Amino acid sequence: MEALTRHTGLVVPLDRPNVDTDAIIPKQYLKSIERTGFGVNLFDDWRYLDPGEPGMDHSRRRPNPDFVLNQPRYQGASILLARENFGCGSSREHAPWALQDYGIRVIIAPSFADIFYNNCFKNGLLPIVLPAQTVDRLFREVAAQEGYTLDVDVGAQTITTPGGEVIPFELDPFRKRCLMEGLDDIGLTLQHADEIRAYEARRRQEAPWLFQDLNEGDARP
Amino acid sequence: MSAQTLYDKLWSEHVVRVNDDGTALLYIDRHLIHEVTSPQAFAGLRLAGRKPWRPGANLAVPDHNVPTVGRELGIADPVSRLQVETLDKNCAEFGILEFPMNDPRQGIVHVIGPEEGATLPGMTVVCGDSHTSTHGALGALAFGIGTSEVEHVLATQCLIQKKSKAMRVWLEGTPPAGVSAKDLILAVIGRIGTAGGTGHAIEFAGPAIRALSVEGRMTVCNMAIEAGARAGFVAVDDTTIDYVHGRPFAPTGELWERAVTHWRTLVSDEDAVFDTEVRLDVSDLAPQVTWGTSPEMVVGVDQVVPDPDAEPDPVKREGMRAALRYMDLTPGTPITDIRVDKVFIGSCTNSRIEDLRAAAEQVRGRRVADSVKQALVVPGSGLVKRQAEAEGLHRVFLEAGFEWRDPGCSMCLAMNADRLEPGERCAATSNRNFEGRQGAGGRTHLVSPAMAAAAAVHGRFVDIRKENP
Ligand code: SF4
Repeated sequence: MEALTRHTGLVVPLDRPNVDTDAIIPKQYLKSIERTGFGVNLFDDWRYLDPGEPGMDHSRRRPNPDFVLNQPRYQGASILLARENFGCGSSREHAPWALQDYGIRVIIAPSFADIFYNNCFKNGLLPIVLPAQTVDRLFREVAAQEGYTLDVDVGAQTITTPGGEVIPFELDPFRKRCLMEGLDDIGLTLQHADEIRAYEARRRQEAPWLFQDLNEGDARP
Repeated sequence: MSAQTLYDKLWSEHVVRVNDDGTALLYIDRHLIHEVTSPQAFAGLRLAGRKPWRPGANLAVPDHNVPTVGRELGIADPVSRLQVETLDKNCAEFGILEFPMNDPRQGIVHVIGPEEGATLPGMTVVCGDSHTSTHGALGALAFGIGTSEVEHVLATQCLIQKKSKAMRVWLEGTPPAGVSAKDLILAVIGRIGTAGGTGHAIEFAGPAIRALSVEGRMTVCNMAIEAGARAGFVAVDDTTIDYVHGRPFAPTGELWERAVTHWRTLVSDEDAVFDTEVRLDVSDLAPQVTWGTSPEMVVGVDQVVPDPDAEPDPVKREGMRAALRYMDLTPGTPITDIRVDKVFIGSCTNSRIEDLRAAAEQVRGRRVADSVKQALVVPGSGLVKRQAEAEGLHRVFLEAGFEWRDPGCSMCLAMNADRLEPGERCAATSNRNFEGRQGAGGRTHLVSPAMAAAAAVHGRFVDIRKENP
């Protein structure tokens, strides 16, 4: 998992409450063999005017010009500003996958659905809960200023606005550590990378035949 | 040091560290990959920006989805095609050796590992596939893993594991002619049940195992999982070492000598204690035929379909009734009265050269019965196929009316076009007779290659000990 220590990015506002995971990524895309590639179908029903199916060339579909993600000024956004109860509904981890695949790293909302909130951390996404009035103000500032970016410092647990305002946020210490060190199950094992390497070094002496590189050994036609 | 089982030795050689909770970080020497259980793992790596820890420790091959006929035309089913192409792409991107669909060495992952010397004695071997236990035949600790673990192994070359209990299955005696490795393992499963090995790693031992070739031992270890055990293995002996010698990825020269010296230690110490012991005398064993929808529902070919009413355990009794309904069989029917519609000779259990030779013996100079709609021979790998053709076995099969296919999982699980139609009855050399396994509504009888071939010729099961060809 990619570590997230500090992130500066363009903000896109999604001004609806109760955005559910089916809206984030509709069910037909769950058939995919991959965990990536959902970005093109993020908010699919809202984003396109024609219905989408897996396997389609989505670049040929008709984008909905009214949907915020399609507006030129928000292209390349990596911080999603949302309303309360974001990520409710189905527990699908495809939702954070889709957001991440699209390029979102931070989501700011007054509240999140539990499962979605958890799933975000497993995938290196940072959901930030801010008071409803603060979120409201951010919505207004984003609308007023094109190219509005926020600077998120995970270590300091602060958000800095273009105007220099510093907004603190809460973060569980364990989650904070996992996020900042980019840890997951694999990440935790990789904390013992030195021990794995030491084991390998010893085994290379004891049993070098176990370390033949199959790519190099594959000399035959 | 106190006496150790082979499992203790294999285990302790691979422990990188012991965690506080008693689990161990276990080092994995060889990781095998196929197209079905790997795409999300690779995707996970990509998403996390990770690289394989040791790309050269992995070997990949598409086997589950590949067509066994007309392969040069590509894969017709777009979903299957995508999965296979995904594997090709992942391997290219991550620098992993793959034998793609049209490589002459392509085959079922559990056939090509040992065949290539990519799996060796003393290794830990994993694959996102439950029949990875097959590789234990070489004296390796081999077991199946899930997709998250596939990603974990790719990324760290390790797995977090808990040690199992040790079971020894000791097979005494010399089985009669016509009774093969498949019959031994079916008999073992019939004895201990499909949960008999749960929580255990099984060492198969005793004179009847010693007498088997490595190929036969693979058949036995392959079905350890059908006995509930994640891993099954056989101690190293001369047979093992002769088998490995000269394989493409096997060590050579001075390294070979060193390896062999170590491999010879891969046996259970004489006074080692096992958590569970099972003994079976196979001197009078009959060829085995499953009659139900679980591999433990098995009897000798000279017996009859059992009667649920004779089963005291009510849960088992109901299970038997349901199986008989699905299989459309009546208690008391002699096994030799059961007629088959299709015959499948293949799968990671029984698709190696010895299996094909044993099957061809039953077929030579004969014809597939008119009542049999289809009889397939699907070699386990391209090299097995070539070897069989060099021996002329393909002509034996073709002249008898069998189809001679390209390697893959094929009708073992019916993910490609090879499948049973509803109600069709099949004599299969594969390992699972679950409902719908070979196609929705299909009925599977698990048997040895010789028994399947004989069933093709006679249109019904026959006792090959009597029907001497
Ligand atoms: S042959 Fe059958 S059991 Fe073996 S790997 Fe293929 S599908 Fe699985």
